[in-house]
Amino acid sequence: MALIFSEDQDQFRDSIQRFLTDQMPTTRVRQLMATDHAFDDQLWQQASTQLALTGIHIPEHLGGAGFGPVELGIALEEMGRALFCGPYLSSAVLSAYALLISADADQQERWLSDVASGERRCSLAVTESTGLWQDDDIHTTATTDDAGNSLLNGRKRFVIDANNADLLIVAARTSDGIALYMIDGETNGMTVTALDTMDPTRKMADIELNNVVATRLNHAPDHLLDTLLNVACIALANEMIGGCQRLLDSAVDYTQLRYQFGRSIASFQAIKHRLADLLLDVELSRSAAYQAAQTLASCGDLRTIDQEKHRRLTEHASLAKAAVCETYLQTALETIQLHGGIGFTWENDTHLWFKRAKSSEVLFGTPAEHRERMMAAIETATPSQESAA
Amino acid sequence: MSHATTLHAEVTQWLREHWDPNMDLLAWRSLVADSGWGAPSWPSDYYGKDMSPLDAGVVEQAFADHGAVGAAQSGVRMLAAVTLLAHGSHEQKQKYLRGILTGEDQWCQLFSEPGSGSDLAGATTRADLRGDEWIINGQKVWNTSAHHAQYGLLLARTDWDAPKHQGLSYFVIDMEQPGVEVRQLAQMNGHASFNEVFMTDAVVSRDDLVGEAGGGWKCAMTTLANERRSFDRARDVGARKGRQGKIFADLEEEFAIANEPYTWYPQRAGRVDLILQRAMETGAINDPAQRQDIARLHIMAESAKWTGERAKAAAKAGKPQGPEGSLGKLAASNVARLAARVHTAICGNDALLTGPSSPMDGIIAEILVSTPAISIAGGTDEIQKNIIAERVMGLPKEPRVDDGPFRDVRRNTSGTTTKS
Repeated sequence: MALIFSEDQDQFRDSIQRFLTDQMPTTRVRQLMATDHAFDDQLWQQASTQLALTGIHIPEHLGGAGFGPVELGIALEEMGRALFCGPYLSSAVLSAYALLISADADQQERWLSDVASGERRCSLAVTESTGLWQDDDIHTTATTDDAGNSLLNGRKRFVIDANNADLLIVAARTSDGIALYMIDGETNGMTVTALDTMDPTRKMADIELNNVVATRLNHAPDHLLDTLLNVACIALANEMIGGCQRLLDSAVDYTQLRYQFGRSIASFQAIKHRLADLLLDVELSRSAAYQAAQTLASCGDLRTIDQEKHRRLTEHASLAKAAVCETYLQTALETIQLHGGIGFTWENDTHLWFKRAKSSEVLFGTPAEHRERMMAAIETATPSQESAA
Repeated sequence: MSHATTLHAEVTQWLREHWDPNMDLLAWRSLVADSGWGAPSWPSDYYGKDMSPLDAGVVEQAFADHGAVGAAQSGVRMLAAVTLLAHGSHEQKQKYLRGILTGEDQWCQLFSEPGSGSDLAGATTRADLRGDEWIINGQKVWNTSAHHAQYGLLLARTDWDAPKHQGLSYFVIDMEQPGVEVRQLAQMNGHASFNEVFMTDAVVSRDDLVGEAGGGWKCAMTTLANERRSFDRARDVGARKGRQGKIFADLEEEFAIANEPYTWYPQRAGRVDLILQRAMETGAINDPAQRQDIARLHIMAESAKWTGERAKAAAKAGKPQGPEGSLGKLAASNVARLAARVHTAICGNDALLTGPSSPMDGIIAEILVSTPAISIAGGTDEIQKNIIAERVMGLPKEPRVDDGPFRDVRRNTSGTTTKS
């Protein structure tokens, strides 16, 4: 399994890095996070059309660039590093994968192409009471009225970028299991309430659905929500690694600039050893995130994923989510501590990443929940597939 | 025919003419050493054939394909060879290299001291020139296989007025002399993999100074840089166990002696591979709190494994080494420490026991009393962190208080046997 990047992939990363350094400095992040949607339309256009980031992982016949989860991971990592403000995770990743897995060809043509091009922004509403997207947690219902319309009723929580979306995909319970529904256009009966999120760069909303007309996405393969959760965890893990590195870089820079007792504080072993420990944590977590992206890439078509591939994907996705989100928070806490008092001020940028780390810790399930989910996946392995522990 | 194929055929032809598994091991290896096929990458003046490492690999493969035994490689011998080839005199190479290849002579390393572990260059074992002889006084420690060795690679101080790195010299010392006393050093886990070596007016001929007086640190770096590689080679030899013939019986005996110090090394690393099996046997797998701990260990061990793979893949692709290449040892310490904790939790009361009546015939108990070694041996975690911080992250060094003449540097007053 290749765990290093090709020259093309390195160049792809460089181009995104240049774009974001230029267009998304923290001064811009701070401006955008103070707005309702933390969204810059012009920048979104540039990211989706010039750099084609919104369709990087979408097949070419659906308007995408035809690359895969590894390239998507690179884009997410760079966005995490820069705290890119925009509905990339919600629309280009979660919603696009929902359509890849659950929409039929006509539906893909109708919606996925627009999402891939960034022309329309979509959100995915799954979560109700827990972060883990389990079938029995879905209480929102889909029923059919006399005219043959699908009607959604229920309440969705913590829907990322829902207040800034043109389209909404909703997971709902039907008479034959869980399916995804698209709300496009008519939204009578839908109430979107913006939430006060601790991380102001990642906006969320609650959604009340009261007989809202929707279109059923025609594929509901096995493990639908489980697979979407795996994708979500792997995407988030790669995004988080970019944030980890940014924090670590700032801690390394700052401790070298800061002089106390006549010497740079980075020359004290007490500081060096902490930074070495952080580097170790970040590099180990980076491996987990990269490996998870590789595993997703090796799964091929997620609609026809076999049992063993699904098991392995679940193990690696939960492993990466649990590993990286704890490292991210730890790195943020240590970076604040290594900055001393200045690290606790609003003016210092560290809290921007701290808040993203805090939000990512629980988004899509807590680390403890993912450790348990990983353990369950390991236990179902046949002996020959068992890994080290 | 490609160059490699021709070479392979040439070696195979030589083996067809000479190889006999019923020979005495030493007699066979003498033949191999004198033919140049035992160390083909060495200079042709010294039992080699001036070959590239790549060609030497082909030769080694030809030996393996033929089922033939190659030159002796276990223990410290290859470190001695590499160091002598790089820094030794013509006479030293002629005198020592053959016995290294034939397996006739065993070697040990005499670097660490009770008073200088992490600060290896602070060694205080002294060598004083009297006439044509260096007189050695001092104590060394952590000397693997010193009790079997004919020769030692000795780092000793010859100049107390020079700064500490510049006052050291490197010698070959004859271990079989009255002034050298070797005592096995028992460890907390019951094994005795190392020795203490006491030198009291021990004698080294003037001809056995390697490199120049005061140039010992450079030679010691050559030895240490090759340390890991030699251990990997010792394991390869083990893969040939089980073949028929006198030579293989001899080889097995040699291998058992050479590897005796290392039988507990897998336990030292924490035996993560046993965790799931143990959790299932004991029912710990059904305890939610234990599952969390097992999961944490699995995550750390897998991530460390993948990090190692990233480093290897980068090296293979010729990419500049990133931080991932320097973290393996520190990661291994963390994994071992956590594994010992999880093994203990899985055992419960059984962790009170040791020996054959304890879980897995004592293997688990051996893990628990062996893992403290991994964060010390071969460079402590603290030194690893300094290296990572300074060389990988580019952080400034601590201000030094040990430059200037070594005579004036503050050092241990206990744990050393000599004073300047």
